[in-house]
Amino acid sequence: MNDIRDMILDSAGRLFSDRVNRELWQASEDGGFSDDAWHAVAEMGLTRMLLEEDEGGAGLDVADGLSLAELAGYHALPLPLAETFVGMRLVADRIKVSGEEIIVLAGEHNIIDARLEPAGEGWTLIGELQRIAWGRHAHYVLLDLPARDGDMRRVVVKADRLQWRPDVSLAGEARDSASLDSLALTANAVTATNKTGPSITEWGALLRSLQMAGAMRRALELAVEHANERKQFGRPIAKFQAIQQQLAAMAGQVAAAGAAAAAAARATEGEEPGFMIAVAKARVGEAAGMAAAVAHQVHAAMGFTREHTLHYYTRRLWSWRDEFGTEPYWQDRIGQRICATGGDGMWPFLSDL
Amino acid sequence: MNSFRFDPVELPDSALSFRHAARSFLADELAHERFTPHRNSWGTYDADFSRRCGQHGFIGMHWPQRYGGHEASALDRFVVIEEMLAAGAPMGAHWVADRQSGNNILANGSEAAREKILPQIAAGECFFAIGMSEPNSGSDLASVGMRATRADGGWVLNGTKIWTSNAHQAHYLIALARSEPLGEDRHAGLTQFIVNLRESDGITTRPIYNLYNSHDFNEVFFDDVFVADDMLIGDEGRGWQMVTGELAFERSGPDRILSTYQLLRQLVDAVAKKAEGRDLIAVGRLISHLVTLRRMSLSVAGMLERGESPELEAAAVKDVGTAFEQEIPEIARLLVDVAPSLDNGNPYAEALAKGMLSAPCFSIRGGTREILRGIIAKGLGLR
Repeated sequence: MNDIRDMILDSAGRLFSDRVNRELWQASEDGGFSDDAWHAVAEMGLTRMLLEEDEGGAGLDVADGLSLAELAGYHALPLPLAETFVGMRLVADRIKVSGEEIIVLAGEHNIIDARLEPAGEGWTLIGELQRIAWGRHAHYVLLDLPARDGDMRRVVVKADRLQWRPDVSLAGEARDSASLDSLALTANAVTATNKTGPSITEWGALLRSLQMAGAMRRALELAVEHANERKQFGRPIAKFQAIQQQLAAMAGQVAAAGAAAAAAARATEGEEPGFMIAVAKARVGEAAGMAAAVAHQVHAAMGFTREHTLHYYTRRLWSWRDEFGTEPYWQDRIGQRICATGGDGMWPFLSDL
Repeated sequence: MNSFRFDPVELPDSALSFRHAARSFLADELAHERFTPHRNSWGTYDADFSRRCGQHGFIGMHWPQRYGGHEASALDRFVVIEEMLAAGAPMGAHWVADRQSGNNILANGSEAAREKILPQIAAGECFFAIGMSEPNSGSDLASVGMRATRADGGWVLNGTKIWTSNAHQAHYLIALARSEPLGEDRHAGLTQFIVNLRESDGITTRPIYNLYNSHDFNEVFFDDVFVADDMLIGDEGRGWQMVTGELAFERSGPDRILSTYQLLRQLVDAVAKKAEGRDLIAVGRLISHLVTLRRMSLSVAGMLERGESPELEAAAVKDVGTAFEQEIPEIARLLVDVAPSLDNGNPYAEALAKGMLSAPCFSIRGGTREILRGIIAKGLGLR
């Protein structure tokens, strides 16, 4: 199984190395979307990575498939691949997909004053969507909302029916808003959620955790390379303990981030996936700030320029850690869960994870 | 650049049955009030508790049966140790022997040493101390000045060891000594010796009281102490390689994460009563660290089980883990208005006082934070 995963990740890594460069980043920041690069990604089957084999997927274990999100983060891929390949899996039972579609996620932080009202055979969706990643480029937006009975529903909205107001993240990626304007939905667009699986907010947080773990891994590599090349006082700055100690501390945070994100990716089909995802988003988000700060400190003035590539990773870290819930949001959820178990119950709970 | 590898580990069924066994053992111990859970765990010396652990098969778990072991896996041992630590069980007496000395003897010791010592350790009746640091050799361990000179049928040791936990109560100490004059390669010419602390002539032990006024460590003076040939560990002059190998076991275990777990447990109960937003967030943050560190530590145990040598990963676990252990008292003192006290009977006050006063040593013992980061920096290709 791992052979297939490694083969797919190898090819994906080569594709990203080929395609992701300053030109692609800049085009995306200028508001464009590279249909060509997206087509290459879809053609390789990456958007269908998490589908079953009979649906045109690779039939991978979910955790193995999710490592693609880490890899996309490592390359600072300026395309909505992470949300799409998870979205494809979530809508596979109701929409026939070609693999070229772009599917994006609206977590609870992206939805304001939203309601789902029954209307005849179908539904009416009321409210606002805010700062949806890649919204204006999307074909479908996925969101979870409670209906009047209090039960959660998973809603698929066709994105071309919305009037998008463009905005961007710190990394210059599209983060767009739209009013739902009493949008009429067919019965097929609204289904019950899988009660044990992650919510859309949780899927989003998991993806951002994996992407951040990847981007941090790359930022560490860049900082180590720079420290070995840059000479001051007659020797590479890597030879100074002040630099070594900072980068070693950063490496510890990068390692923790990778471990937390990977553990959450393994938990999506378990009993309480939300807990491990909360741990990952809180822990990785905290590490991201420190990792970005050290990477910049080591790069000094050179890393503070547009010409250097470091900022394509660090600006993504700063933007991703804010999305699908900041650290306190997830820390609060963890705190509530643990306080409900109490001091004595905490260990049996934690050791079972 | 080397990168860290923390592959996910699934616990085998055997580990789950060991967890069950450890839990029922500990429940029974607590039901009979045989130890106070909120004090300390691997820092508390309790020879009777260690003997009961031996009787239940919780020491030397992964050693061969012919040496008194139980042929369990490193992951089985991991589970038992974390259960003991989480319960606050007083493992201090057998701790060093079980975690590292026994492994060292099993891997590198003479057959005579294995046969004589390992079964006693596994029975919970034989305890060890670490003889690495010296008054003038701390982080720079290769500079040890203890001399080992040849004698009839063995060696004679002269010198001083320091920060030696339990030297006044343990049966043996493994001393790192210079057996050849210092040459160009300062890592060569070092040898490890098993010293019988109770039966050898020429040993004087001076107590050193620590920050919480406890007599844990000592200064140990060696004046012509004889060690027989079969108590030498491994090949003469190869001590450095063994010491560094041993440290991978010493640095990555749950003991580098759970030193202040009893305080965290008290904190959770205190915060659960108030259930205020800010406090829940602070506790949630600590738990996100703990859960992550546990995965990392487990992953290193998995690598040790597969016979790999995860020295970099072990250094990272200790660096990040001890920072977490140190943070717990810093946060606990701000969230709950209870004054720390070492012995007023209030579990929160006692756990907080113990946590505050022991925290400085977490990032010193077993390799300082700076040394660990130096090892990581080397792994990253910076030195």
